[in-house]
Amino acid sequence: MNAVLQYTVQGLAAGSFYALAALGLAVIFGVLGVVNFAHGAFYMLGAVAAAVLLDTLGLSLWGALIVVPLLMLVFGMLVERLLVQWLLPLDPLYNLLLTFGLTLLLVDLVKRRYGVSGLPYERPDVLSGRVQVGGVGLPVYQLFVIGVALLVCLGVWLLMTRTRVGMIVRAATERPELAGALGINVGRWVTPVFGFGVALAGLAGVLAAPFRAITAEMGSDFIIILFAVVVIGGLGSIVGAVVGGFLVGLVEAFGQAYAPTFAQVLIFVLMAVVVLARPAGLFGREEATA
Amino acid sequence: MNKRRNAGATALMAGLTAGALVTAGCGAGGPSAGGGDFTDDKVVLALLNDASGVYKDVSGPNSKIAIQMAIDDYQEKYGDDAVVEDIEVTSADHQNEPDIANTKAQELYDREGADIILDVPTSSAALAVATQAKNKKKLYMNIGAGTTELTGAQCNKYTFHYAYDTWMLANGTGTVVTEEGDKNWQLIYPDYAFGQDMVKSFTGAIEAGGGKVGGTIATPFPNDNFATYITKAGAAKPQVIGTMHAGGDLINLVKQYNESGLKEKGIDLAVGLMFISDIHSLGVEAFEGTIFTDAWYWNLDEKSREWADRFLEETGDRPTYAHAGNYSAALQYLEAVQAAGTDDADKVVEELEGKKIDDMFLRNGEIRAEDHRVIHDVYLAKVKGPDDVKEDWDYEEIIKTIPAEEAFRPAAESGCSM
Repeated sequence: MNAVLQYTVQGLAAGSFYALAALGLAVIFGVLGVVNFAHGAFYMLGAVAAAVLLDTLGLSLWGALIVVPLLMLVFGMLVERLLVQWLLPLDPLYNLLLTFGLTLLLVDLVKRRYGVSGLPYERPDVLSGRVQVGGVGLPVYQLFVIGVALLVCLGVWLLMTRTRVGMIVRAATERPELAGALGINVGRWVTPVFGFGVALAGLAGVLAAPFRAITAEMGSDFIIILFAVVVIGGLGSIVGAVVGGFLVGLVEAFGQAYAPTFAQVLIFVLMAVVVLARPAGLFGREEATA
Repeated sequence: MNKRRNAGATALMAGLTAGALVTAGCGAGGPSAGGGDFTDDKVVLALLNDASGVYKDVSGPNSKIAIQMAIDDYQEKYGDDAVVEDIEVTSADHQNEPDIANTKAQELYDREGADIILDVPTSSAALAVATQAKNKKKLYMNIGAGTTELTGAQCNKYTFHYAYDTWMLANGTGTVVTEEGDKNWQLIYPDYAFGQDMVKSFTGAIEAGGGKVGGTIATPFPNDNFATYITKAGAAKPQVIGTMHAGGDLINLVKQYNESGLKEKGIDLAVGLMFISDIHSLGVEAFEGTIFTDAWYWNLDEKSREWADRFLEETGDRPTYAHAGNYSAALQYLEAVQAAGTDDADKVVEELEGKKIDDMFLRNGEIRAEDHRVIHDVYLAKVKGPDDVKEDWDYEEIIKTIPAEEAFRPAAESGCSM
């Protein structure tokens, strides 16, 4: 029982990174129709930025949680304005290629500048240690990660359902032609939405910094799992991305505990099962895959 | 729509992979032996290693500088008496792929006229190069790879193994940690050749030391999430958890071990393979108290320190034992060439075999003739706490010296016949 509680927390903590990043991937796909291959690289940049800011300016995790997503927002908007927007009218494959190329470029630039061994990162002492819950010591940092992820997901959900901006974005995500026909200027929202999605990947990176090896390659495997998360949740579905993220985290943790060798395979088995049973994913609509 | 995108991505990947294979190219032909005692009137040392990937900091381009230092030292020592004037160093990136290593090795031997290939991390790549060395009858000194196969079943006349191997790591860390009281082990390892090899070696060493391996946990490779594996290993209540991970995976694992609270519960972490560059990247805090086997340490004594100072001046970093090993291997090769008066591989091998060496890298060193294992003293090291660090890169406390005769697998057990 104790072990199950530990595995659950570990799964949800890992799932938090997936959920946050997948959320960004989902809004970008929803509004722009771009499969952002560079999302793993943006996650990596978030972690690297946190490490560099700590090293050079002494900016702690608390500051990084605010500053880095803002930097990434600006960076994302620049990427959209300078690069992505020109390919939007063309086949979506072009933007996949572009973002794939961008990934290679970013990874190599980081390697060139910061080497391949990774960067050190110290988290604030408040977040170290463990709290006792029902006789089990749970790491404070993991609980913190889960808390932040849930708060941000809730915030995004409120933004999407309770504000005019959110409704426009949702309309653009779910029925772009209809939204356009009703006179909503979808185009205006393209740049900020892309930046917002990138900021979410950056935030996931900051949260991962104390917990994962901060290297140029850290996003390479992450993006593959992220694609699985989005497929499981339903391409373009915001709720699906979040649920899928936590679900995959849990599958990974319990897989590691009970079938260690198959832990990673299980995620893709889950994906295959979901796709067979519900081709559009758990929360996707059938038309989405048409 | 989605399917089309995915198909596009797949096609893209396939295309890129194919492209990489084509550019790797294939070297063929090349010059044959010319007149005189030296082919092309020069000696060419070739460094083949990972110039851009995960093992770049462990050895990488800085080893080329180390080899150049060896050439400079040789030329300074012999001056006009040197048997060969023109000595070059060249390098190639094998990206840790056995296929690429295989092609590059042929290219280096044939087209670039390499007399010796040095380094080659990643066991599978190292074995591919050993086969080429055997076929081309040219020298190969491995520094970066760990497999005991190089001096075991797959040994050959032209291949030498420097620095470390999995037997030596397991014997050092496994035996000594067990003998010092941590009898009950759990092993976590990456599920590929190196990890499996390490588990086998460690299990043997631990049992020989009177301990037992309570369980082994295989993990995918590469992997970034080890939290549950560690919890599971800890749940078996061992005295020590041994990890066979390297590079980025090791850093992930150590971060998550520190998070797990097992350290406070008195469950130690022993690391199978670690380089000083790993400690440098993550900081001593994260590794404090970790025990591992080291082939060499820059601050071992006056001799090693003096060399490390020169290396620091050239590169801005302190050397790992792979850097020092490349220097020593290059220097000892040139000494053998000097003694033989030729770069003819068979004559140089004769000079090398059985040679006893003491240089800044090898203490009580000997190039064993039976299996070409280069034996030397190795060290059990403990990572210092932040308060004990007196200067940059001052990370290790040497807690035990393992004498050369005990540090490596006995030649009789190697299974090597040349």
